[in-house]
Amino acid sequence: MKPIYFDNHATTQLDPRVLQAMLPYFTEHFGNAASRNHAYGWEAEEAVEKSRRQIASLIGANAKEIVFTSGATESNNLAIKGVAEMYAEKGNHIITAATEHKAVLDTCKHLEKKGCRVTYLPVMGDGRIDLDMLRDAITDKTILISIMYANNEIGVVQPIAEIGKLAKERGVLFHTDAVQAVGKIPVNVLADNVDLMSITGHKMYGPKGVGALYVRRKSPRVQLTAQMDGGGHERGMRSGTLNVPGIVGLGEACAIAQAEMPEESKRLQAMRDRLRAKFESALDEVFINGSMEHRLPHNLNMSFAYVEGESLLMGIDDIAVSSGSACTSATLEPSYVLKALGLGDDMAHTSIRFGLGRFNTDAEIDYVADKLISVVQKLRELSPLYEMVKEGIDLSKVQWTAH
Amino acid sequence: MAYSNKVLDHYNHPRNVGSLDKNDSHVGTGMVGAPECGDVMKLQIKVNPETGVIDDAKFKTFGCGSAIASSSLATEWLKGKTVDEALAIKNTDIVNELALPPVKIHCSVLAEDAIKAAINDYKVKQGADVSSLVQAH
Repeated sequence: MKPIYFDNHATTQLDPRVLQAMLPYFTEHFGNAASRNHAYGWEAEEAVEKSRRQIASLIGANAKEIVFTSGATESNNLAIKGVAEMYAEKGNHIITAATEHKAVLDTCKHLEKKGCRVTYLPVMGDGRIDLDMLRDAITDKTILISIMYANNEIGVVQPIAEIGKLAKERGVLFHTDAVQAVGKIPVNVLADNVDLMSITGHKMYGPKGVGALYVRRKSPRVQLTAQMDGGGHERGMRSGTLNVPGIVGLGEACAIAQAEMPEESKRLQAMRDRLRAKFESALDEVFINGSMEHRLPHNLNMSFAYVEGESLLMGIDDIAVSSGSACTSATLEPSYVLKALGLGDDMAHTSIRFGLGRFNTDAEIDYVADKLISVVQKLRELSPLYEMVKEGIDLSKVQWTAH
Repeated sequence: MAYSNKVLDHYNHPRNVGSLDKNDSHVGTGMVGAPECGDVMKLQIKVNPETGVIDDAKFKTFGCGSAIASSSLATEWLKGKTVDEALAIKNTDIVNELALPPVKIHCSVLAEDAIKAAINDYKVKQGADVSSLVQAH
């Protein structure tokens, strides 16, 4: 039996309706959207333009403001490097946050080597940035603020409208990596004063390998330096033959999300809240990581104190989730996002991220809750830390032998 | 990560889980690691005063599956050994028995340290000179 999939922040299952929309564009309508002189090209171009409209409609943009890319990593690179290069004469300062995805953080680090100055804002205990700190960080050299819409580990939603308003007042461009939010919660680039927004297909039941960057065309008209040289596709911002089947899939995924979001987000939030309630009623010493108030409806991130994350995952090998534990990461460091919230390494080691999605059921919630509770109870029987806490020992006062 | 069958067996059926009376003069307790590092092992031995043989051993471990398996295996090996025989257990023996991958070798090191710490604690209780104690890693 395949494991129950509760890792929808990593990727999502392609919606079968999206696949159906894509299929004709692999074989029957295989034209190059840039071919202007025959029907194959026209068909492809028409499909691409329909997708542009579907994406724009979901985020409150104009279809002309959508630039297709290979995914959010490319969109983030194009937005941040493209602005840094285009606006180099205006300034060289970028503001971002400590809990951003690596596609943003590493792009900023790359620019630091090229002479840019980057401010990495800390976050508060609930995972949100402090708007006063953001305001104070802006200088006359600041050209870009890049703050994610919602976090991929803790699902915490940043105060996007407030950041957008502040950026507009100060004449600074605002980019947001919105891959976890688009299609899940209402997003509107006009209302939120967003200038650049990264989107990807595979986080919203669309295909992998296709994404988009929203680039504002009016007040202000945002310009970007292209990061790849070539045929000048996508208004010169992103060369390369368009991935027509992928683009059709991304558009269809947006249309489905727009139609079903009100019902779907309510359903997932109810499931998420039930999962949380089951854990909290059966187990002591469990903690939510990040704000519950400003949070994606389908995310839960909890620390099960005194139980190490990898050993917990080992006991639930029929459930696909992820952990902030060092042992499960390539770097052997616990999650930098959880550490940015002020969590000690000990609590980061015990965290599990649950990402619910369109295809999860109530029965799966019950199964996952029961299974996890029994494994946590078993591992706490094994845990010298849990035993010490039950004896009334303050673990922070213990002299540990670090090795 | 793929675990060896032996690691899975110890994880699913840990041997000798529990605690001995740490105030008993024939019980040695070793606690190594730190919560921040993601591993804490508590290992206890009970030595028979007549024979000098380890009659009982118990463990509790906070850590990954390989850490749990390493300490569970250590308690199995300790029972029936004299204190000196127990000191001969090396982390590499645990690595080989459990087929631990390189990234998990520190779990076996921790288990060896826990054995030494438990034996040192026992020796101190028996009035041993501190200079005679074995150094951990």
